[in-house]
Amino acid sequence: MSDLIRTLKAIRPEADFSESSNFIEEGLLDSFDLILLVSALDKNFGISIQGTDIVPENFRNVQTIEALLRKKGARL
Amino acid sequence: MNFIFRRKRISGVLVVVPANERSFDEEMKNFNFPEERSLKLKKVMGFDKHRIVLPGVCVSDLAVFGLQHLFERGWLKPDDVDALFLVTQTPDHFMPATSSLVQGRLGLKQDMLCLDINQACAGFVIGLMQAFLLLEQESVKKVVLINADVLSRKASPKDRNIYPLIGDACSITVVERDPQDSVIYGNLKSDGSRAQALTIPAGGLRLPSTPETAVLEDVGDNNLRAKDHVFMDGSAIFNFVQTEVPPLIESLLVRAGASIDSVDYFLCHQPNRFMLEKLADKMNVPHVKMPNNVVEHFGNSSGVSIPTVIAFNLGERLLKENLHVCLAGFGGGLTWSAMLLDLGNLNFNTIIEYK
Repeated sequence: MSDLIRTLKAIRPEADFSESSNFIEEGLLDSFDLILLVSALDKNFGISIQGTDIVPENFRNVQTIEALLRKKGARL
Repeated sequence: MNFIFRRKRISGVLVVVPANERSFDEEMKNFNFPEERSLKLKKVMGFDKHRIVLPGVCVSDLAVFGLQHLFERGWLKPDDVDALFLVTQTPDHFMPATSSLVQGRLGLKQDMLCLDINQACAGFVIGLMQAFLLLEQESVKKVVLINADVLSRKASPKDRNIYPLIGDACSITVVERDPQDSVIYGNLKSDGSRAQALTIPAGGLRLPSTPETAVLEDVGDNNLRAKDHVFMDGSAIFNFVQTEVPPLIESLLVRAGASIDSVDYFLCHQPNRFMLEKLADKMNVPHVKMPNNVVEHFGNSSGVSIPTVIAFNLGERLLKENLHVCLAGFGGGLTWSAMLLDLGNLNFNTIIEYK
């Protein structure tokens, strides 16, 4: 299991992120989950995701989150 | 919109908070939300304690209590008050103005201006601007700026999006002429096209309160809220703050020939810890220069949050020292505003409890 999936599961243990293509629209993550997720990603990957990057488009699925992490200099 | 004010100063700050303290741990059970997730959110957002008025307590009660405290201690003389500006979104009545009620209850002189200003989280900076403008008149020596809100009375206890962060409070700020040749820079912007992002839908004349508007509705994310309650589009407000506030402050600093390093503190409105940390990161401001601890101790008290961050974090220090500070308020309207000024050598700067 990747560090990203582990971080997601820590926030919503009951959700199956591998079966979803849009975490927001399918209700796996709500707006407060995004805050918890960003806080955890900042800490776990040693980065700072800017407030203006906290938009649903960046958190649709594993691929979009990984793209954001790479943009912020995280090593995946 | 840009402003410059000369020879004006804040000479004292008093914050009044209700003695009734509530905790997030107690209130968690009101939310349809797993406890474990609530506790994580508490840590990130800074939810913990908040101050809530008891039933029936209004803005004028907090304001009268605070002004009486100043009069009793001799920190302000009743006859020196030439204007009462009262900034609130939760007035005692539609009519009359709450500032007039405060004047009447305290028996203040007739030769003065009472004015209510309907502003929210930007209300401290905007109130200061109005006070500075009035002080251009020779007949006006002292303006008392009151910021006060009892928004808990309009918030649903079953709305996790807003109730845990609400705090009731009142601040009284005395504003007068500065014998020093001081310069204060200010700016503000407004965007009414986004006004619905922070609103109380019912209770005005557009949608009067009825039994129907008092009914709790499932509004998603397991939150229950009525149309009589305050609504905040949290994502829209978060994005608004992160997008609009940094350039506002940066343009203020450029205009004043200042820099992040030359400012001692960025004393911002206190929505929650996470939002302020992200704002500081975006502006490359060290977290220690932008305090974010008001929500966890008192709750977000709208226009009172900047006076609270001043009194709570710099209470004793500002009695003896002078600091170069940037104030920034942002929220309902939508409105965002900032001000760069020297703040210090205050006559009083403290927090008291309303019982």
